[in-house]
Amino acid sequence: MSTNTARNRISYIIFILLVTFAGYYINNSYYLQVLTFIGINTLLALGLNMLMGYAGQISLGHAAFYGIGAYGTAILTVHYHLPPWLALPGAIVAAMLVAYIVGIPTLKLSGYYLGMGTLGFGMIVNIIFREWSSVTGGASGFIGIPPLELGSISFSSTKNYFYLVWGFVLISIIICRRIIDSRVGRALRSIHDGEKASAAVGVNTSRLKLQVFVLSAGFSALAGFLYAHLVLFISPGTFNFIASIRMVTMVVIGGMASIWGALLGASLLTLLPEWLHAFSEFEMVVYGLILMTVMIFLPRGLTRGILDIVERAGKKHDQ
Amino acid sequence: MTNNHFLLEIESVYKAFGGVEALSDISFLLKSGSITGLIGPNGAGKTTLFNLISGIFPSDNGNIIFNGTSIKNKKVHKLVERGIARTFQNVELFESMTVLENILVGQHTRTRCGIWGSITRLPWVSREEQEAHQRAMELLDFVGLHEHADKTSSDLPFGWQRLLELARAMAAQPKLLLLDEPAAGLNITETMQLGELIKKIREQGVTVLLVEHDMSLTMEISDWIVVLDQGKKIAEGTPRNIQDDEAVLKAYLGTTKKKVKGER
Repeated sequence: MSTNTARNRISYIIFILLVTFAGYYINNSYYLQVLTFIGINTLLALGLNMLMGYAGQISLGHAAFYGIGAYGTAILTVHYHLPPWLALPGAIVAAMLVAYIVGIPTLKLSGYYLGMGTLGFGMIVNIIFREWSSVTGGASGFIGIPPLELGSISFSSTKNYFYLVWGFVLISIIICRRIIDSRVGRALRSIHDGEKASAAVGVNTSRLKLQVFVLSAGFSALAGFLYAHLVLFISPGTFNFIASIRMVTMVVIGGMASIWGALLGASLLTLLPEWLHAFSEFEMVVYGLILMTVMIFLPRGLTRGILDIVERAGKKHDQ
Repeated sequence: MTNNHFLLEIESVYKAFGGVEALSDISFLLKSGSITGLIGPNGAGKTTLFNLISGIFPSDNGNIIFNGTSIKNKKVHKLVERGIARTFQNVELFESMTVLENILVGQHTRTRCGIWGSITRLPWVSREEQEAHQRAMELLDFVGLHEHADKTSSDLPFGWQRLLELARAMAAQPKLLLLDEPAAGLNITETMQLGELIKKIREQGVTVLLVEHDMSLTMEISDWIVVLDQGKKIAEGTPRNIQDDEAVLKAYLGTTKKKVKGER
């Protein structure tokens, strides 16, 4: 256990160093922006990973919570003139509340049916974003979202926003890590391994699944908040069905039940489209091919796959 | 009303699945601190009865009283909290988790750290975690697996997996322990060790209800035997009496001549 804590601490320090170095040496605002998006996507993947990777429950509608976070802060700051930092808890609580209400009936389902249920939920929320024009701006989007500032620090600078997002990522990683290493995390993993046995040792499986669903909705809403105040303009398309699928892909590609996997998956899925611009109209084809290749050769995700390769190489070296 | 004498009272319980009667009018009592063997041919309804007692599904009729209060329609996890733990016929471990972690999950109802507790890691949470670890190691010591605490549970040989599942059930600090064919798949030595463990568990004051096909084990360790056949209770008594019971011999062998002793 103590070795675990020590290892965690080292990885946090490496993380902080990397982020600081990146922020210090990278001055190209395009790169910084891409890195910021990676951070936002990491938050999405982290939250969903708690639900999918650890509790073993799928959600194909998580972009809805991402959207509720973004629209929530947009509505609170623009329509109600709330300062963004007050809108943040508002947006997160709103998403968690929706998750709670939706989760009670939906999480009774399992497997494909849970997938279908969450998919339907995601679509309904997206239609609300698009059709409730008086509040959300409808299909043409929501404009005029104020940028973030904290005292004298303005986050309209790309570099400051980069630090802000990655600060939130670090806090979220620590929160997830602590939950996973605790009694709650073990109970979560036990649901994944066998729900019958999990109940038989006294885990209230339906309550715990609901709790994690609500928690992951909170992370998605945080990501939505950061997205909205970064681009200052949001439209329903960002939070549609494809966005939900992209989130699932990040978790699966990165490696389920791995926190650093969420980071890796988010990075890959953010960077790939950027790199693939060169292929212009073939972009989606190449994108699909890469994802397929990863899944065929590293079915347990990048993190586990790379670790396996390293371990195998190590063994060969020993011989 | 608390009854000090009987930990579990089964009162004319019925259960049918789509018109097929799996259990009909079953009644018996479990004395506190005893080992009771539940035996019967395949399809007699033993596992069904286990599932009723552990709350996996409710009975259609009748009552089950545990420690003085009715536990009808109580959820599985609530019953674990009250003190009913079980093992499964086909060993249901948490396979991706280590041996130690399996026992830690087993203590779920005896620990209380929630999401906030895990994030804040207040001193009481660390203390609870430490105590849970210590108890887990004691339990692993009890079943002889302490040297394998950090192995992944699915890597253990089958016999050890059974022992681990037993230790995990004990981690819930149960008053009543339900063992569903704990000796299935074990060799003779392992079965004997298991018998000793079950006796030791009783010495700790835990009442044991055991479904088992291994007659020599059941007859040796049980204080009381209940025999089911085709959903009905056909006999109960001490192991000695049961072995001479005509109805039992008939159900098992279709004859009244031979003795069941030593059957495997």
